[in-house]
Amino acid sequence: MKSRFRLESALLPAAAAAAIAALWWAAVVWTKTNVFPSPAAVARGIAELARKGLLLAYVRDSLLRVAAGYGAALAVGIPLGVILGWRPEAGRAANPVIQFLRPISPLAWIPVAIVLFGVNDGAAIFLIFLASLFPILVSAMNGVRGVPAMYRQAGANFGLAPGALLARVVFPAALPEILTGLRIALGVAWIVVVAAEMIAVNSGLGYLVIDSRNAGKRYDLVVAAMLLIGAIGLLLNILVQRVSRLRAVRWGFREEAS
Amino acid sequence: MTAALAPVPGRTKLAIRGVEMTFRGGDAEVRVLEGIDLDVREAEFVCILGPSGCGKSTLLNIVAGFLAPTAGTVRIDGEDVRGPDPRRIFVFQERGVFPWLTVEGNIGFGLGRLAKEERQRRIRHYVRLVGLEGFEKAYPHELSGGMKQRVEVARALAVDPDMLYLDEPFGALDSITRLEMRRELLRIWHAEKKTILFVTHDIEESVQLADRVVVLSARPARIRRIVEIDLPHPRDLSARRYLELRDGIFEEIGLAHKV
Repeated sequence: MKSRFRLESALLPAAAAAAIAALWWAAVVWTKTNVFPSPAAVARGIAELARKGLLLAYVRDSLLRVAAGYGAALAVGIPLGVILGWRPEAGRAANPVIQFLRPISPLAWIPVAIVLFGVNDGAAIFLIFLASLFPILVSAMNGVRGVPAMYRQAGANFGLAPGALLARVVFPAALPEILTGLRIALGVAWIVVVAAEMIAVNSGLGYLVIDSRNAGKRYDLVVAAMLLIGAIGLLLNILVQRVSRLRAVRWGFREEAS
Repeated sequence: MTAALAPVPGRTKLAIRGVEMTFRGGDAEVRVLEGIDLDVREAEFVCILGPSGCGKSTLLNIVAGFLAPTAGTVRIDGEDVRGPDPRRIFVFQERGVFPWLTVEGNIGFGLGRLAKEERQRRIRHYVRLVGLEGFEKAYPHELSGGMKQRVEVARALAVDPDMLYLDEPFGALDSITRLEMRRELLRIWHAEKKTILFVTHDIEESVQLADRVVVLSARPARIRRIVEIDLPHPRDLSARRYLELRDGIFEEIGLAHKV
């Protein structure tokens, strides 16, 4: 029963993907377009990138930029969010500023990033940092603020000093909500790296999109880059989802518990 | 207080004197507790009984040091209560267990200062005492309500406190589990000789468990009466004396014992 279910859950999405590829192919053949590539042309494009050694290099560069920007956002966002959630007066002071900055698209920061860092990796990483910072910061703040008073009281009852209370009670209690923020932030970071690479750098999957279009209208490579971006985004999401299945945090994700 | 308060063995553990509590929210003032005086003896089991919302949980929170009273004093072993203290553990409804820790992790939560072997030994002891062998590695969301409540009681007992404060601990359990938990609590109380303060709105529960039942009035809560339950454990729930005491409290609260 279980293995049949597994097979189905893999087969059905595969069938849907095949159907879409078939539609795409049919549309290309039917319209006789010579601009938009067929699936086969895209596959040849990916093979060409791999042969030139660009495939792995570009994927690596994009992932490294995300790692740097997202990592910095983690290092700043989690402690800052925890403090703002823990000290209500600090949270009240900072909240309007956060809510004001949050809806500004990271892309609007591109000129600022270029002024600050120049046209280079620094600008791209800064944009990814900004984009992932807000979901992380807000989820950490709300997560800590939402910890039931009962848990804090129980922790204090066992004689924990404030530092230990934060580490052993408040942080683990807020962790499921923080993880949700981390997951959203990683998705946003992956979206923003593509945009940042179109403007600020000469490598990576975003650069591949814009460079293939500008240098000879290689739409097979444009679509190849798009597919790679989608596939890696999917993998990243699965990876973060795995983390939320760990037993120590699963209680916080009601639909996945029980 | 009743004249039945004959001299009793066991010294005074807890002394509540003139405790008042008023909550202020904006312009509104809510008087919750009024002139509460109560002494609890060492190793005594006292139930605080009152209608929902009367302020009995507030009283327990004050005794536990989570809230400061508007007036009056709470002294334990002759010392003023200034805050929560690991010598006296508060047991919430089952929701007080930490969901991110296993049964073992919860029970060992207050034992950070002990050496590893001693900690393991205590955890094993209390896992056994509350009958959770085999569930050491389970997380609370994998347990039933009754089992979670046992985890919380074990977590409290593991630090070897001299008092336990229980705030309607079995309120969320089904009636069969609730009866079992009462029996277990009494067994543990006999084995461990703790002073227990137990808040409930359930008259039957208070008469089944307590040495004395402190009956509170509706808000603002005052002590209406203190009823000595002079029945040995295990208590026969159809004995004439049991029914007499129970019905006396029903009448005191102003409920005819009919539905």
